[in-house]
Amino acid sequence: MKIRKRYILLAFYLMVLFLPIYWMLNMSLRTNADILGSLAMYPEHPTFENYMKIFGDPSWYSGYINSIIYVTMNMVISLLTALPAAYAFSRYRFIGDKHVFFWLLTNRMAPPAVFLLPFFQLYSTFNLIDTHIAVALAHCLFNVPLAVWILEGFMSGVPREIDETAFIDGYSFPRFFVRVFIPLIRAGIGVTAFFCFMFSWVELLLARTLTTTAAKPIAATMTRTVSATGLDWGLLAAAGILTIVPGALVIWFVRNHLAKGFALGRV
Amino acid sequence: MNKWEDNKAWFLILPVFIIVAFSAVIPLMTVVNYSVQDIFGPGQRFFIGIEWFKEVLSDGRLHEALWRQLLFSGLVLLIEMPLGIGIALLMPKKGWGSSACLVILALPLLIPWNVIGTIWIIFTRPDIGLFGAAINTLGLPFDHTASPFDAWVTVMLMEVWHWTPLVALLAYAGLRAIPEVYYQAAKIDGASSWAIFRYIQLPKMRGVLTIALLLRFMDSFLIYAEPFVLTGGGPGNSTTFLSIYLVKVAVGQFDLGPAAAFSLIYFLIVLLFCWLFYQALQAVGTGDKQ
Repeated sequence: MKIRKRYILLAFYLMVLFLPIYWMLNMSLRTNADILGSLAMYPEHPTFENYMKIFGDPSWYSGYINSIIYVTMNMVISLLTALPAAYAFSRYRFIGDKHVFFWLLTNRMAPPAVFLLPFFQLYSTFNLIDTHIAVALAHCLFNVPLAVWILEGFMSGVPREIDETAFIDGYSFPRFFVRVFIPLIRAGIGVTAFFCFMFSWVELLLARTLTTTAAKPIAATMTRTVSATGLDWGLLAAAGILTIVPGALVIWFVRNHLAKGFALGRV
Repeated sequence: MNKWEDNKAWFLILPVFIIVAFSAVIPLMTVVNYSVQDIFGPGQRFFIGIEWFKEVLSDGRLHEALWRQLLFSGLVLLIEMPLGIGIALLMPKKGWGSSACLVILALPLLIPWNVIGTIWIIFTRPDIGLFGAAINTLGLPFDHTASPFDAWVTVMLMEVWHWTPLVALLAYAGLRAIPEVYYQAAKIDGASSWAIFRYIQLPKMRGVLTIALLLRFMDSFLIYAEPFVLTGGGPGNSTTFLSIYLVKVAVGQFDLGPAAAFSLIYFLIVLLFCWLFYQALQAVGTGDKQ
């Protein structure tokens, strides 16, 4: 009986959580006239018109492609740099280790608005404006610290005897790291990739500032739905639903490992 | 775990150091530079010291925005932390149920922040939104574009909806890491579920909850896109949080000096609070161990 009540509460919460997303899904399957005409709990005449419009118009779908490209680049850069760093934090004590860790975290604490101009100037100096790599690098500012922190948790869960045994067996450090250590923390890498994906995917201000057309993210494209006849709600809802899909796919792959990692690390 | 003592480990964190410093240090120095100068145009810059800081600190509207922001972040933490922990405690420990919960929980986190605002505009509109229509059917007047109170309710609902899953996810991770032995011992002692929560689960979750608290504080204190899309800071100034006011200052003025000074003060406030939270939670942790 007690267990029953607990799951009813949980199911209620998840339902409430899902409701706004369901509502957007509902609207994305209806035409604008239909949406403004009546309030319906589900689409009575479901139509994929809005989705067809997005998939048929390069100025729409290129936004998704751009976002996916820079998010993937960011994931790769964050992981490649964070892996050795997380290993250092989990295995060694060295001068300033605690300070560096907190400093990394402080990079999330600056209000972005005024930093946008210096960012723009910095990346212009290197001729990187409107490239995918610019956004990927800028997002490293908040993703790399997070990646280091999550990976450190997973790595601390691996006993140090494994490292010692491997070194005695004559493995060089790079070979040990790639052949022995990384397979052991595969789950951690998946979870880290998910979180890097998430924070890079949802960020708008930096991505919008550093791009104009060639690398413009989908979230910035979404401001275009205001036309002469007013807002096209159906199209906006369809575009919104499509922004959830890639993330939902990523989470499906790491769902079983998602909850580990954090609990093991420092702080 | 005993760690090896070796300063050569710095070579391993060097790539991270370089890539973060590239995007962090130069823009920060540029903003510091703006904040102490009066810029009339290219080549016409005057060093004015702390003038902008004085001006910003005596700005009455900034004080209002700051109090509003503190109230907002305070409410966010008071609601999201207990709620998130509660959800995590309710979640099944394993099986398809826990996978399903995790996937649904993560959905709001994956939506771009301006789209979050859009979802809630749609959802709360009385003509096309489920929430707006439902509340009007109940006979309650609700309009977040006219009533400051309704605007706050809407922004809070959106924020709690959006970010509680993060707290729940982290708390769940902390709970899963508690060895089964602890629960068995508690069972033998006949501990109540409150005692288990207070003396086993809560102390064991301290690490993940510290991070959840810090992340939620930072991100709610810096919130911009979601309320900007939803309410535009209105009605009046009722939901003009610090970031929204900062952008108004930055856009509305001829040079960036005051906005830069504002940014630095803003940054220091966030840093100070995070440091205090961090220290306080560390102290609680050592208190528990003794």
